[in-house]
Amino acid sequence: MTPRRRRLALVVGVLAGVAIAGGLTLRALRANVMFFFDPSQVVSGEAPQDQRFRLGGMVEKGSVQRAPGSLEVNFVVTDFRHELPVRYTGVLPDLFREGQGVIAHGRIGANGVFVADEVLAKHDEKYMPPEVARALKKEAATAAGSPRAGS
Amino acid sequence: MLPELGQFALILALLLAALQAFFGIAGAHLRRDRWLAAVAPAVAGQFVMVATAIACLVTAFVSHDFSVRYVAENSNSALPLFYRVTALWGAHEGSLLLWIFLLASWTLAVAVGAARLPPRFGARVLGVLGVVSFGFLLFTLATSNPFLRLIPAAPDGRDLNPILQDPALAIHPPILYTGYVGFAVAFAFACAAMLEGRLDQAWARWTRPWTTSAWAFLTVGIALGSWWAYYELGWGGFWFWDPVENASFMPWLVGTALVHSLAVTDKRGLFKSWTLLLAILAFSLSLLGTFLVRSGVLVSVHSFAADPTRGIFILMFLIIMIGGSLTLYAWRAPLLRSSAGFELTARESFLLFNNILLVIAAAIVFGGTMAPLIADALGLPTLSVGLPYFNPTFLLPILPLLALLPVGLHAKWKKGRLEQEQRGILVTLAVALVLALAVAFGVFARAAILTLVGLTLGPWIILSSLLDPIDRWRRKLSVSRAVLGMTIAHIGIGLFVIGITVVQSFTQEHDVALGRGDTANVGGYEFRFEGVNGMEGPNYDGVRGSVVVTRHAAPVATLQPEKRRYWVQGTVTTEAAIKMNRGTNVLIALGDDLGAGRWSVRIQVRPLISLVWLAALIMAIGGAVAVSDRRYQPATRSATDAAPAGAAAKEGAG
Repeated sequence: MTPRRRRLALVVGVLAGVAIAGGLTLRALRANVMFFFDPSQVVSGEAPQDQRFRLGGMVEKGSVQRAPGSLEVNFVVTDFRHELPVRYTGVLPDLFREGQGVIAHGRIGANGVFVADEVLAKHDEKYMPPEVARALKKEAATAAGSPRAGS
Repeated sequence: MLPELGQFALILALLLAALQAFFGIAGAHLRRDRWLAAVAPAVAGQFVMVATAIACLVTAFVSHDFSVRYVAENSNSALPLFYRVTALWGAHEGSLLLWIFLLASWTLAVAVGAARLPPRFGARVLGVLGVVSFGFLLFTLATSNPFLRLIPAAPDGRDLNPILQDPALAIHPPILYTGYVGFAVAFAFACAAMLEGRLDQAWARWTRPWTTSAWAFLTVGIALGSWWAYYELGWGGFWFWDPVENASFMPWLVGTALVHSLAVTDKRGLFKSWTLLLAILAFSLSLLGTFLVRSGVLVSVHSFAADPTRGIFILMFLIIMIGGSLTLYAWRAPLLRSSAGFELTARESFLLFNNILLVIAAAIVFGGTMAPLIADALGLPTLSVGLPYFNPTFLLPILPLLALLPVGLHAKWKKGRLEQEQRGILVTLAVALVLALAVAFGVFARAAILTLVGLTLGPWIILSSLLDPIDRWRRKLSVSRAVLGMTIAHIGIGLFVIGITVVQSFTQEHDVALGRGDTANVGGYEFRFEGVNGMEGPNYDGVRGSVVVTRHAAPVATLQPEKRRYWVQGTVTTEAAIKMNRGTNVLIALGDDLGAGRWSVRIQVRPLISLVWLAALIMAIGGAVAVSDRRYQPATRSATDAAPAGAAAKEGAG
């Protein structure tokens, strides 16, 4: 091989490698990202029925219930327009609190309960997940003046 | 008074940075050698000014000066002295000041070392560093001034975020930033080489110790962060692919590529343009990381501040630095001709593959980190990318990279004569495979394919790395520090692969509800819950649980996980209790009071997790040893010149 040809082969090889990596990355991204929905979107059927997604909103005041001594906990996530019951079994994060923002990963189970396998509440008292903040702002704008449901 | 003095010192530092940039770059360009003489004093002056500013802020923290807003927001009269000092970098403004201080320190070290470089080249390097420093000082003064007054003064401070009140976090940011900022030096050398049109092998040799030192610091910094997340965030995770973690990991991947590519440019005069691009890329990713963390576009555990003007400023700075350096590159590209050839199985090829695969890995991390932002900007549905994407995708380039390492180690420069080394390569592979099978089935009694792959690759890398040094030692030949350092770093990689494979394959974790006297069995250990008691610390109160851990009826430890409530912010934190037993970490974290006398408890048994951090430390030590090689110390004035880099790197390793 002449040096020129070899360089050409090298460039083609590198480009092919990058293209394959890029393709695989996109494929992996498509299969593995989770989308975010608020309770209103879930109630209106926009969320996938058979796939994991992120549910975000506020933990409704007075909704956290657990059978004494059990790891299973039930609570309601609200965007102040619609509510969605959530069930989770496990240790809740330190900042999980009623009236605070929360993000749950999981899927819709039987009779419309969101079964979470992971619950996130971030490390800041004032923290509200940006998606939740945006969703709440949107809701506030459309429902301005009307009394908030569920509070 | 002192805070005003600090601010004044920062303004002076800004002016000195401007002088340093101007005299360094313009002086060298216009060949005014008298201008060059002003560069080193400007560097020293800037260092003194920034150090003064830091001292002023530390004094404000130590003396509880709550009339300074930054102090009022991040300290409290009940905060212990140690954390009052480290609170300096507990939030945005102070971390930037730390960034600037470390840049000034690196610049000072370069200025001392630059005394042996050609004067104009050295001046250009310092000039480029002056530009970077100027940008960050301007950013601090314009958008993030830590010395702003609060009038009237707050009666007491709002306290440092409790999760930051921790010894590992006291040293994590300085070390991580030292690595981050260190890539500015490689960047400055690359820019200086392009400005001067001096694109021979010399600049690569001069750059190598600096780049390796920065890389070593970054390695230790990332490992410390992971260690901190493991025990302090409370839930036993050690790597979350969190955007901020990725922000430090991307420069590490590209920096690793740069360390290898510099070796080729230095030894063989090849990959010149690629090396320049990597130097630009590594520093750009450091800047991008700062942008991601500080602008508030990403919300994560680490990002305390969200301020759009800051974001725009850093974005502009990023565009100027990257755009400027790439323009410079385009202008100089015609000068970059490498004539030497090499065979497919020569060392150059393997290092080329190393570079391509590392850059692909960085691209994969980049894609996952940026995808949510891009989707957001395009108005697509909000999405998140996490472990399910990163873990499998990242392995695609990394597995071939690890498999090529034990082979490529034996390749010679220029000519591929791998046949002669075939025996050593195959024998080490066979030994590694036997070891893997023995460990997987002998110790853990099960194994997935990936477990076996990892357990084979790790020992193979270690054994293969040892072949050459052992051979030389037998023949009573000397082993240079550079080769020794490389060997140590590669052994670190091998240990890391073993550690991460075992951790990922054999970790056992359970959330359980336990009442007093209840027991749980996880990973061969028995846990008996003895209930909780109230307790009180210097600035918090809470409960402390007690769990007796036994293995095969033999006592291992009594662990006392805590749930703390910090008074000032009312924040609740989980303090996991951890015991290392024969290489396995047992972690217990206390969850919630479930009622009926029971508590939720997370129990996690992670074998060999400590090896992961230890391996990172070993890699960094390898870097430090390599930096101390005689090659980088010219015969004249050898002792003083390379000392700062070597000493600095050793500090990071320790």
